Amino acid sequence: MDMKVAKKLGLKERYSLMTRDLAWDTTYQPMDKVFPQTTYEGIKIHDWDKWEDPFRLTMDAYWKYQAEKERKLYAILDGFNQNNGHLSVTDARYINVLKLFLGSTPPLELMAARGFSMMGRQMNGAGPRVACQMQAVDEYRHFQTQIHSISNYNKYYNGMDEFAHQQSRMWYLSDGKSFFDDAITAGPFEFMVAIGFAFEYVLTNILFVPFISGAAYNGDMAAMTVGFSAQSDEARHMTLGLECIKFMLEQDPDNLPIVQRWIDKWTWRGTRKLASVGMMMDYMLPKRIMSFKEAWEMYVEENGGALFKDLARYGITIPKCFGQTIEEKEHVTHQSWIGFYMKPQATPFHTWIPTSDEMDWLSEKYPNTFDKYYRPVLEHLDAQEKAGNRFDNKTAPMNCQVCVSTMKFNEPGDPLEMCFRESIYKGEKFHTCSDHCKEIFDNEPEKYIQTFISSHQVLQGNCEPEGTDVNAADFKPGQNMLDYWKLDKRALGDFNGSEDQKNFAAWREQATKN
Amino acid sequence: MTMLKTLAPYEVKSRDAVENYKGRQLLYVNWERHRMFSRPFVLALPPETPFSVIIDQYMTDCFSYHPDWKQIDWNTVVWQNGNTPFTPDRNKSLKENGIGHKDLIRFRTPGLDGIAGTGY
Repeated sequence: MDMKVAKKLGLKERYSLMTRDLAWDTTYQPMDKVFPQTTYEGIKIHDWDKWEDPFRLTMDAYWKYQAEKERKLYAILDGFNQNNGHLSVTDARYINVLKLFLGSTPPLELMAARGFSMMGRQMNGAGPRVACQMQAVDEYRHFQTQIHSISNYNKYYNGMDEFAHQQSRMWYLSDGKSFFDDAITAGPFEFMVAIGFAFEYVLTNILFVPFISGAAYNGDMAAMTVGFSAQSDEARHMTLGLECIKFMLEQDPDNLPIVQRWIDKWTWRGTRKLASVGMMMDYMLPKRIMSFKEAWEMYVEENGGALFKDLARYGITIPKCFGQTIEEKEHVTHQSWIGFYMKPQATPFHTWIPTSDEMDWLSEKYPNTFDKYYRPVLEHLDAQEKAGNRFDNKTAPMNCQVCVSTMKFNEPGDPLEMCFRESIYKGEKFHTCSDHCKEIFDNEPEKYIQTFISSHQVLQGNCEPEGTDVNAADFKPGQNMLDYWKLDKRALGDFNGSEDQKNFAAWREQATKN
Repeated sequence: MTMLKTLAPYEVKSRDAVENYKGRQLLYVNWERHRMFSRPFVLALPPETPFSVIIDQYMTDCFSYHPDWKQIDWNTVVWQNGNTPFTPDRNKSLKENGIGHKDLIRFRTPGLDGIAGTGY
């Protein structure tokens, strides 16, 4: 008698059993009370079963694939570390890009993990709930592997060890923190647009593809491996964000204006956050692979543009800020680097003036703007530095109430003028850096009047030791900032003359001479 | 207006309300077309502070690094409070000059457009 073997389940059936079948409708409490957040943003969902997970990923497959990926990642990291990989990078200046990366990206991954865990609880349907939980696990892994990949450098170079303390205190990390605080305190659907769409799409494409390719070109196998390992997850995350947008739009026509507003808002917030990633590409990689402007054209204008065309059939229009981002791609990286250069005593990484070769590269990549607006300034600052008069602006900056960037952007259409916008809410003035940030503020002022602005906290006396009197004659705002930030003094100042520069040269010398 | 509906009343205080500054108020200052400083700076000062202190102490400390600073003809400087033209009186206080909490004072120095005319 022939053995009867049950047929193996297909992917679709397995997915169904391991997601939808795990869910149930509540009986002794109404579903609306158990999932209160799914309605309060105004989004109308009629049938959660219409949610189609494009990857149909189940937990058992997830463990298998990710474990395999992690084994490869850790093998490469171990090899890199045992071969003194920290000496095989192009130049010690490169390491500063990791200091900036470590301070900003892993803590945001952790915030994303928290956010997706919360959304997994709040989504009424089993499909998105499982997808959110899986993304939350990914985000935890990214947080851990990024720290792990950079930890080798921490043994040799200054300024990396206090990133967790600094994340909620450092002025220049406020923009990323604000981005996630804004998203995580929104409703579940807005969070999905903010992180699943804007952050994963606008930001991670540029961070994890061209920037990480730059890490590879600069000999950093550790950052390259972790970046490419993360990027294969990010592709799935973007698809989840996009699926959520399509799902909302297909469920009810009333959802369209709400989703459009979120797309406008979060595309702009993502753009502002990218200014520092662009600066890493244009100024901080000693060996450059592509300019931020080229990356913007490829990943945002072409790929992002195609995405918006795809969404046009639902009535979605291209984000209002798109035109301004195209103009700003010529300027933001230069404005940001000059901004950081002038604060040598306030970051745990070093800054420098690009060499003349590097300025020629920038001229070639930015023929419309670099020589006209930025080269003369950098050359002036270089001459001052060589004359022993290095720029050190000790004043506290003004920040945008929404994106929390320092006010450094120009008026659209006029690179010589600063851009300022102002709103009055309940008798108090609030300043923003652009029309788009002003519109975001005016739409939800109650939310943004709570914005944490680092320089204001200093002036309120909140960064001082207990009992400091801000009205005392000898009170100087900011005099205790290094302690408040736990900033390593060896990590401060210009790259030229730094301990990192000297050690790197000495260790390389040892590696090549007897 | 906002499309956000909240589950409960949602009213909070501004984190930068003037009462958080213990008798002082915030003031932003920007030198137009001199973005080398990249951003306006912010101070917290009592409203009785004379405007001369802003120029002679705070602005000088910050901006004198710039080669244009020494060349300013103070008779031709054009002042704005936000987007509104105004003329400060050096010897009067912030309050007497009508400068309130979180006002942004902008000044232009005609003919001086930053390093090599870059606006920096």
